[in-house]
Amino acid sequence: MTAHPLNFDRRVAAGLGDEGLQKSLSALKGSFVAARGRAVLALPEFEALRDDGKAIKDHTLANLDAYLETYEAAVIARGGHVHWARDAAEARDIVRAICKQAGARTVTKGKSMVSEEIELNAALEADGLEVVETDAGEYILQLGREMPSHIVMPTVHKTTEQIADLFQKHHAAHGFPDRTLDAAELIGQVRSVLRGKYFKADVGITGANFLVAETGSNIIVTNEGNGDLTSTLARVHIVTTGIEKVVPTLEDLSVMLRLLARSALGSEITSYTTLSTGPRRPGDLDGPEAYHVVLIDNGRANMLSGHFREMLRCIRCGACMNHCPVYMSVGGHAYGSVYPGPMGAVLTPMISGHEAAGELPHACTLNGRCQSVCPVKIPLPDLLRRLRHEQWEQKLVSGTVRFGISAWAWLALRPRLYRATTSLAMRVLGRLGRSKGAFRWLPLASGWTDGRDLPAPEGLTFSELWARRQQR
Amino acid sequence: MTVQTVNAIAAGAPKAPANPRVALFVTCLVDLIRPNIGFAAVKLLEDAGCRVEAPRAQVCCGQPAYNSGDFASARRIAQQVITTFAGFDYVVGPSGSCMATIRKDYPALFEDDAAWRDKANELAGRSFELISFLTDVLHVTPATSAMNATATYHDSCSGLRSLGIKQQPRDLLSNVTGLKLVEMQDSDVCCGFGGTFCVKYPEISVKMVSDKTANVDATGASVLLGGDLGCLLNMAGRLKRLGKTTRVYHAAEVLAGMANGPAIGEAEDRP
Repeated sequence: MTAHPLNFDRRVAAGLGDEGLQKSLSALKGSFVAARGRAVLALPEFEALRDDGKAIKDHTLANLDAYLETYEAAVIARGGHVHWARDAAEARDIVRAICKQAGARTVTKGKSMVSEEIELNAALEADGLEVVETDAGEYILQLGREMPSHIVMPTVHKTTEQIADLFQKHHAAHGFPDRTLDAAELIGQVRSVLRGKYFKADVGITGANFLVAETGSNIIVTNEGNGDLTSTLARVHIVTTGIEKVVPTLEDLSVMLRLLARSALGSEITSYTTLSTGPRRPGDLDGPEAYHVVLIDNGRANMLSGHFREMLRCIRCGACMNHCPVYMSVGGHAYGSVYPGPMGAVLTPMISGHEAAGELPHACTLNGRCQSVCPVKIPLPDLLRRLRHEQWEQKLVSGTVRFGISAWAWLALRPRLYRATTSLAMRVLGRLGRSKGAFRWLPLASGWTDGRDLPAPEGLTFSELWARRQQR
Repeated sequence: MTVQTVNAIAAGAPKAPANPRVALFVTCLVDLIRPNIGFAAVKLLEDAGCRVEAPRAQVCCGQPAYNSGDFASARRIAQQVITTFAGFDYVVGPSGSCMATIRKDYPALFEDDAAWRDKANELAGRSFELISFLTDVLHVTPATSAMNATATYHDSCSGLRSLGIKQQPRDLLSNVTGLKLVEMQDSDVCCGFGGTFCVKYPEISVKMVSDKTANVDATGASVLLGGDLGCLLNMAGRLKRLGKTTRVYHAAEVLAGMANGPAIGEAEDRP
């Protein structure tokens, strides 16, 4: 993933100042958070299901090499091909080579966050291929040349008006010259434009929500059905996915699917749940002639050992960001990564390095709401704190913060000096602030006082008052 | 005795000693900014029959260092706390955040150091947040205090999610004469304080606290209560900046009948 051109503060300011985004985020809060809450209430065993999901992923990750080999053997046995990519560049080259070998000119794509991660579209377009995103959200982003701002609802930052403008500009050539704000008409336009592309496509690329080791299947869940058309109508189906997506059995899959739709959308299941297992067999009515899976590491294997393995349980439901008050304040683009929100704040530094994503682990209050809704119980706050620790150890934390924390800790380890210093400071602040009760401004405290008053201290510290009480 | 002992001791749960020796973990913010909360805690504990001491060498739990990634400093401060608070029956503090650090984070800090890990676990096992200590360990309901107001309660994140404090303050506050509790929308969503977060990312923090104070406002409550001074300072500061007259108190001040002075951020009454 390439680093974002704007720095974090500028991206945050842009998010906070974007009225359309703020409106969309409020709507998201009202709809998906409430829907998830209802879905969880309606399923008394949801907590037990979370434990099951966590256990399935933990077991798989502890034996990942074995399950990946089982999966690979199962794919090959059914006539498919498995490719292993160490990083994004290798993954892109593998997909490019398959497209070239197939003599492809048009490529359709189902929604795949991994393909965003490895920046696949740009590479294919550079080879002269026509690349068409078929998920309505991704299609809109492709027209607008934008990054997704949410892993499940990639266009959550866009208003209907903005989409209407975009379609008017691009769809006139397809016989839709008039601007419309009607959602059904907008979707109708997408369908009409894409219909021809599905049949024209030489290669269809999808991601995978899960891989099943025992059968060699990849699973995609969609509500639009675009993934099925992408994977079955093209001559060649390529799956781009991360190595952590594998689960052992179909039974394990059913647990994960029950968790995923409820956590992501608040629904019991998505409209389409599609298992693809190998290419078209003799006698099959449809399906691709060739079936390729590109298993991508890109930093994941490094997470297997050590403190960050738990992050590999992530099933990309987006519940963490839907429930994150920081994400809901600034929107996904502020994170400058295809993976925003709490899961993105952990994953992005793991994939792109601390230098590229240094601020992300810090821009969090560690309030823990993400962890409380995570379907596989990833301790996101602990992992974010652990990333801060790595940055502290590698001296990547800003000098001001480093000095401030170190100086304060030095004082805190000298209780007598601490008491003398703080009681003097509180006396002064108390005297200055008592008449009004709070400060509107204080030197060096603009971080606090730009947006809120600073309540004044009483003047005497508890420790002084307690000592007086003991003397009486 | 000024407390009604509730016969709610769960079967099999260890019974608290009759007059336990309790160390008050004042917390650095209460010590420096609002000692009244500390004395309210002392009153509630003494009324419940505790012998309360406030060890003089106490400073802070070390959470700012821990959450900034400076685990080495956090460990040294944790060792200081473990030593200072050795030997008491219980350690009790008026903050879910600081007490969660002691209960949950100290053992994790020493995961590679068996000797200190044992000490950290031992301290964690007898350390409690004030309100949940009264309800869940001592099983007492404080003597009735009074406050004529409609109030809403903000759930601070660490207390809520690390220590499971949700119903306990509401139960105790429901006994306060004249106090009507109303729930705000998203009472369990972070107020944007987050320790150093609030000054490192002031724009995000102010947006979050603005969402929070809008929810407070929408209830029509004239009083906002909570169990963590950090969050209360943040919300009181924003309310005041917006020109609101909402009075903000720590729940312990109300329960102890010590909420008659100026609220957090409020000017002293002048005769």
